Amino acid sequence: MWTMIKRVFTGGAKNFARSGAVSFATVLIMTVTLTIVGSLIFLSAILTNTLASLQDKVDVNVYFVTDAQEADILAIQDRLESLPEVASVEYTSREDRLTEFRTRNENDQLTIQALDELGTNPLGAALAIKATDPSQYGGIVEFLSEDSSISPAGGPIIDSINYFQNKAVIDRLTGAIDATEKAGLAIVILFALASTIIALATVRLAIYTARDEIAVMRLVGASNAYIRGPFIVAGVLAGLVAALIALALFYPVTWYAGETLSTWLGGFNLFTYYLSNFGMIFSILAGTGILVGALASWLAVRRYLRV
Amino acid sequence: MIYFDKVTKIHRDGTAGLEDVTIAIAPKEFVSIVGHSGAGKTTLLKMLLVEDRPTDGTVFFESTDVHALPKSKLHHYRRKIGMVFQDFRLIPNKTAYENIAFAMEAAGRPQDEIELDVPHILDLVDLGGKAHHFPSQLSGGEQQRVAIGRAIINQPDLIVADEPTGNLDPVNTYEIMDILKKINELGTTVLITTHNKGVVDAMARRVITMDRGRVIRDDMQGQYIL
Repeated sequence: MWTMIKRVFTGGAKNFARSGAVSFATVLIMTVTLTIVGSLIFLSAILTNTLASLQDKVDVNVYFVTDAQEADILAIQDRLESLPEVASVEYTSREDRLTEFRTRNENDQLTIQALDELGTNPLGAALAIKATDPSQYGGIVEFLSEDSSISPAGGPIIDSINYFQNKAVIDRLTGAIDATEKAGLAIVILFALASTIIALATVRLAIYTARDEIAVMRLVGASNAYIRGPFIVAGVLAGLVAALIALALFYPVTWYAGETLSTWLGGFNLFTYYLSNFGMIFSILAGTGILVGALASWLAVRRYLRV
Repeated sequence: MIYFDKVTKIHRDGTAGLEDVTIAIAPKEFVSIVGHSGAGKTTLLKMLLVEDRPTDGTVFFESTDVHALPKSKLHHYRRKIGMVFQDFRLIPNKTAYENIAFAMEAAGRPQDEIELDVPHILDLVDLGGKAHHFPSQLSGGEQQRVAIGRAIINQPDLIVADEPTGNLDPVNTYEIMDILKKINELGTTVLITTHNKGVVDAMARRVITMDRGRVIRDDMQGQYIL
């Protein structure tokens, strides 16, 4: 049994090496397939990351009136932080907001002048609220505007909540990214499927040239499993080599794309993603290559093994 | 050893390949089957090798109905028969040595036995110096000798040769027939089909003559008469 297995493996390796042009064509097609599969991984990573970073940017700012007491605001912060749907609440004092405003407008002489003439700080303190999920913002805002305990007797201390201004933009962006992700994935899956079928056909074609050989093997008294084995080994080898080529190709490509696209993708670097997820990408590509190669060979040889 | 019992084969297009053929072949015989092209010689061999199924009748090999064998047992049966073809049918991307070794590997023989037997067989068919040539680097006669080496390596009970000299010049034809004769003298049954009158007459062994799917003559000390 062991010698048979060894023979199947060495036979497959020899077949692969000796049928040069055919093996080359098979590897090439499989490389294209696996490159597309790899692109699918990267695209999905880009989209997920963009969506995540965008969702991370989304927050709700609550601006307080200028005479609101810091203690009241901090109390509201505590209450908000105790809500399960709130991820974080950041307090910015009136002074901090003023410094922030000044640095943001330091090139705008007119605004700074107006601020100086005013003499007092016109800005109220603010709370920046981040929810665990973007869909929670509605509920949080509702909580703020409806709970009477946070509007003490001295009149409402909340000046404005910017959620209502941002809501439409946030919704549209989320929808757009969601749609892009779905459409992108659908297209790439379609491409991956098409190229897999082409790879299958190529392997079958490669084995078609060996059909006389298969007939001879049968006549010499080789069992079907023994005939099929080396072809499957050769198919697996083609898949593996193609996976290695595709992985090697992704190295310079992601390096270049990582550099140029990183600012555009909000700091997401494809190259670092590739390196840090190399194990996962390697297993997916090698696994797909091996599976396609083995399956195609198995199907192709089966056709010529019927009596 | 081989018994064709009223074998009839109607091809898919309706023409008769074999009609009511009954032949018995004893062990250690050397039998030539002669006849025009289309007389049914190759169809007869296909029935024996289970490459095709008869429409009617049975084929026995040592009391086994070979067409009743399940597919999974077929390769064991085929190992008992060494086959030689007009077009050699070597595996093109294997060397002479590997082509012969393949038959042993397929039969599951151990490596040390293969390393011992293959050079011996290569010497027997006079190809000791060309063991590592690919079929494309060998002449027709040399390729046929590789094919014979492959056919006999597993010490089969029967050698079946379908027009083994059909593609060869007279000198190579003589050499191939000489090798087959030697194999027969060593105790292996040999069944060949041929067009070559010279070959048949020189052998002076049993000749079965076929015409249009029927056996028309069967002579123990036969001549090629058509």
